[in-house]
Amino acid sequence: MTTVERADEAVRPGDWLRERLSNALSEFTAAAALIVLFVALSFASPHFLTADNLFNIGAQTAVIAIIATAQTMVIITKGIDLSVGSVAALAGVVGAMTVRDLGFSVWTATLVAIVIGALAGLVNGLLVTAARIPPFIATLGMMSAARGLVFIITGAVGVYGLPESFQLLGNGEIAGIPFAIVLTGLVAIGIAFLLSQTQFGQYTYAMGSNLEAARRSGISVGRHLTTVYVIAGVLVGLGGMIAASRVNSGQPNYGIALELDVIAAAVIGGASLFGGQGRIIGTLIGAFLIALVRNGAVLLDISIHVQMVIVGLIIWAAVYFDQYRRRRLESRG
Amino acid sequence: MSTTSRPEPTTEPTDAGAGVPVLEARGIVKRFGHVEALRGADFTVHKAEVVALIGDNGAGKSTLIKTLSGVHAPDEGEIRVNGRPVRFSTPVDARQAGVETVYQDLAVADDLTVAANLYLGREILRSGPLGRLGLLDKRAMRRGATEALSQLGVRVPRVTTPIAMLSGGQRQSVAVARAIIWATNVVILDEPTAALGVVQTERVLDVVRRARDAGMSVVLVSHNMPQVLEVADRVEVLRLGRRAARFQADQATTDDLVAAMTGARATQTEEP
Repeated sequence: MTTVERADEAVRPGDWLRERLSNALSEFTAAAALIVLFVALSFASPHFLTADNLFNIGAQTAVIAIIATAQTMVIITKGIDLSVGSVAALAGVVGAMTVRDLGFSVWTATLVAIVIGALAGLVNGLLVTAARIPPFIATLGMMSAARGLVFIITGAVGVYGLPESFQLLGNGEIAGIPFAIVLTGLVAIGIAFLLSQTQFGQYTYAMGSNLEAARRSGISVGRHLTTVYVIAGVLVGLGGMIAASRVNSGQPNYGIALELDVIAAAVIGGASLFGGQGRIIGTLIGAFLIALVRNGAVLLDISIHVQMVIVGLIIWAAVYFDQYRRRRLESRG
Repeated sequence: MSTTSRPEPTTEPTDAGAGVPVLEARGIVKRFGHVEALRGADFTVHKAEVVALIGDNGAGKSTLIKTLSGVHAPDEGEIRVNGRPVRFSTPVDARQAGVETVYQDLAVADDLTVAANLYLGREILRSGPLGRLGLLDKRAMRRGATEALSQLGVRVPRVTTPIAMLSGGQRQSVAVARAIIWATNVVILDEPTAALGVVQTERVLDVVRRARDAGMSVVLVSHNMPQVLEVADRVEVLRLGRRAARFQADQATTDDLVAAMTGARATQTEEP
């Protein structure tokens, strides 16, 4: 048979650049917004560009970034995890209690917090895969259940009286660099590598993009999806422990509405709620942007209530942008 | 046994169509509750031929396809691959027996690149300990994808382009190519051109012909009678859950096919 050359469906070489740009478009946009906000805050507040404040933003970014990384993995699979705030609080509180009541070292306590996060992730994953409950509802239930557990085990009272060493993860330093930032870097590099370079990452994107195609390709999607939720839980547990360490106590109220910040961070960075898209570099930029908004609002004396409105607007804008991008792509095909 | 005749006899092995069928279904019965979708259906695919499977809506085409591709297990009957009886309980079983299927809309992951889609579920890993950690050998997959697509005459901008950026025809060509690359015996295409325009359809059919000429067997499910007669070597007609007729494509007309589908006339140009 002969191949017939047809001009109307020919390869379009000029698309290479467009393809590259389109891939990184949300990341560029987010980075631009980040720079604009950074410069604006530098002019708006004399306290912004101080070493203390920048370190503070770094540490604040760390927790959001680690948990947003977890959220990004779940969002790539076309899921969502609403339970991150409650699970982080549970992990932090239990970690603090093991130090106070059982005399665990901060390292062992961190391990316990991570295991708590992993267990919560396992339950989320099994609810989604085995019980076939949609991720939104499965993790909504976990959000309530984990928060309830936090109040039950603490009696709704913060866990105080911790040794100085408990502050290591949140306020400690390695060679002058905050420990939390080092941990964030390690987590981000590790997960970015996992997602972009391994078979596991490939399957994660594939499942979010077309679950049925992934299943018919012989991928055991149930086991794989559960693993994604477990890894996300591990990161949430670690994030919760860092957050507790920053305030040197286990706070039962920690992380209420944290899911909004991290979902916003992921979506701003280009993760698509329709699944199949999202990169850790974008999520880091998004997390930094959210931390800046929070920090700037405090410096400029904008009330916490106005901050909530701002975060809401940011989420709308980011999701609208994602929709718009999808529609344009589809109308081309 | 049937003898195939094609417009271009020089491109085919001399014994094509003779011998043991590559894929054969005998007396397949499949019930869904009280509904009998297949009532003893037979189906035959020989080496290096394009067989069109046609039938009216509800004739049992999709059920038969799903049985052959491992989605449904038959209640009765036998499936043979190269003469050996097989049991497919999952699509993976069918794939391991060399039978690949392209479903109408479920074929590709839009966000993944062309290369990643071609290798989905069969990724090439790095050699050594890195590979055991699940590290992908992306370069090898890009190379393999480029080579395989050029052999099949599928043209895409680059194998690193996400599927979402391709046209409908290119997308479907990639899905079909993916099945052809991995199939060792039969490729089943379920309405591969239903959503495509004329030019795009022709491109997909080119890929099908090339695969056939390279020795692959292709099952084509289609509603488009002129297309069936254009691309298929043989046509098998399913009616009311059974094989109603078989035709050599070059000896049949659209009217013959329609008559067999609707049961207006029991024409059979060949019967063993």
